[in-house]
Amino acid sequence: MDDETRNASAERVDGEARRLDGNAAAGILSEIFVPDVTAAHATCANCGTIRAMGALLVYSHGMGMVMRCPDCDAVVLRVARPRRQLWVDLTGVKIIVMAG
Amino acid sequence: MVTRGVSSVTAATREPGSRASRAAAIAWRLATVVDVVTETPRARTLVLDVPGWPGHRAGQHVDVRLTADDGYQAERSYSIASPPEEARIALTVQRLDDGEVSPYLTDVLRTGDRLELRGPIGGYFVWDVAFGGPLFLVAGGSGIVPLMAILRHRAGALLGANMRARHGVPARLLYSSRRWEDVFYRAELARLAEDDETLEVAFTLTHEAPRGWTGFRRLIDRMMLAEVAWPPAERPKVFVCGPTPLVEAVATTLVELGHDPALVKTERFGPTGGSA
Repeated sequence: MDDETRNASAERVDGEARRLDGNAAAGILSEIFVPDVTAAHATCANCGTIRAMGALLVYSHGMGMVMRCPDCDAVVLRVARPRRQLWVDLTGVKIIVMAG
Repeated sequence: MVTRGVSSVTAATREPGSRASRAAAIAWRLATVVDVVTETPRARTLVLDVPGWPGHRAGQHVDVRLTADDGYQAERSYSIASPPEEARIALTVQRLDDGEVSPYLTDVLRTGDRLELRGPIGGYFVWDVAFGGPLFLVAGGSGIVPLMAILRHRAGALLGANMRARHGVPARLLYSSRRWEDVFYRAELARLAEDDETLEVAFTLTHEAPRGWTGFRRLIDRMMLAEVAWPPAERPKVFVCGPTPLVEAVATTLVELGHDPALVKTERFGPTGGSA
């Protein structure tokens, strides 16, 4: 195995170990949505699966979080917090249904 | 242990999850450390007084924010260990040697110090006694913390209940640790299990066991889960919390054993087993 392959595979293992649940995004999502959305159901725009947002997979980075569909791995929602701003990308979610 | 001096009345004045409490939940608040309890050589419980705390549900967490003199901020999530019945909140924090936040919480913070936090957060990995059982809880390392809030809430809620109510919510805990001295809440777990015939606690030690140890002595595997978990036909409500590899292995195996994926809730702590 050459070095590059080894690095790529180490990165992948590391990335998998860093995977969290949608629950971990609840704090930053509470800055956007008034009701708690981790208990809300989101429909993945890619595969159409409906899941509690707490059951999505979360990859946390310095700038924010990426939430992926556990079924098709597509990005459902991205939140980033560059300096004094909050960016929300909802293109991966078809609909969010929450209690209200 | 963390309940001393605590009023059980004030926490429930606003219904957790209501719109008013949600609006209040996102605000950063200044909490005061009122007690510090050593749990293991690497973990401490911080008992916090949080003015305006809207009340929480068992399984929820808070975000803790530390600000350095130069304005640099580090934010981490910590599960709440105390039950909703208590007005003060308790966080049990395990020290990660290369952590940015946990060494400050476990080594530096003293009674009377203040800490910035927001919460309660998360409405997914939660359990209320009204949801019923049977309950199957699986913890890896510090993943016991939110599950302890569930067990404490369950014990408090069922304290005065009759036998039928207690048998409606039987619970089993499977708790994996490296060594016996790494096990959080040892005395309290023993007492809870002794006082309650509907609670069973099983430990597994993966690195080292004391002489005469009769519990499990290996990583959680399929055979162990088949032995300890309620049969899938009883439709247990499952909560799994711990390091990501453990959580994923346990959740996958439970589904293979026939448990309904919708009843298996997970909380991954990431690679370190400490904070989320």
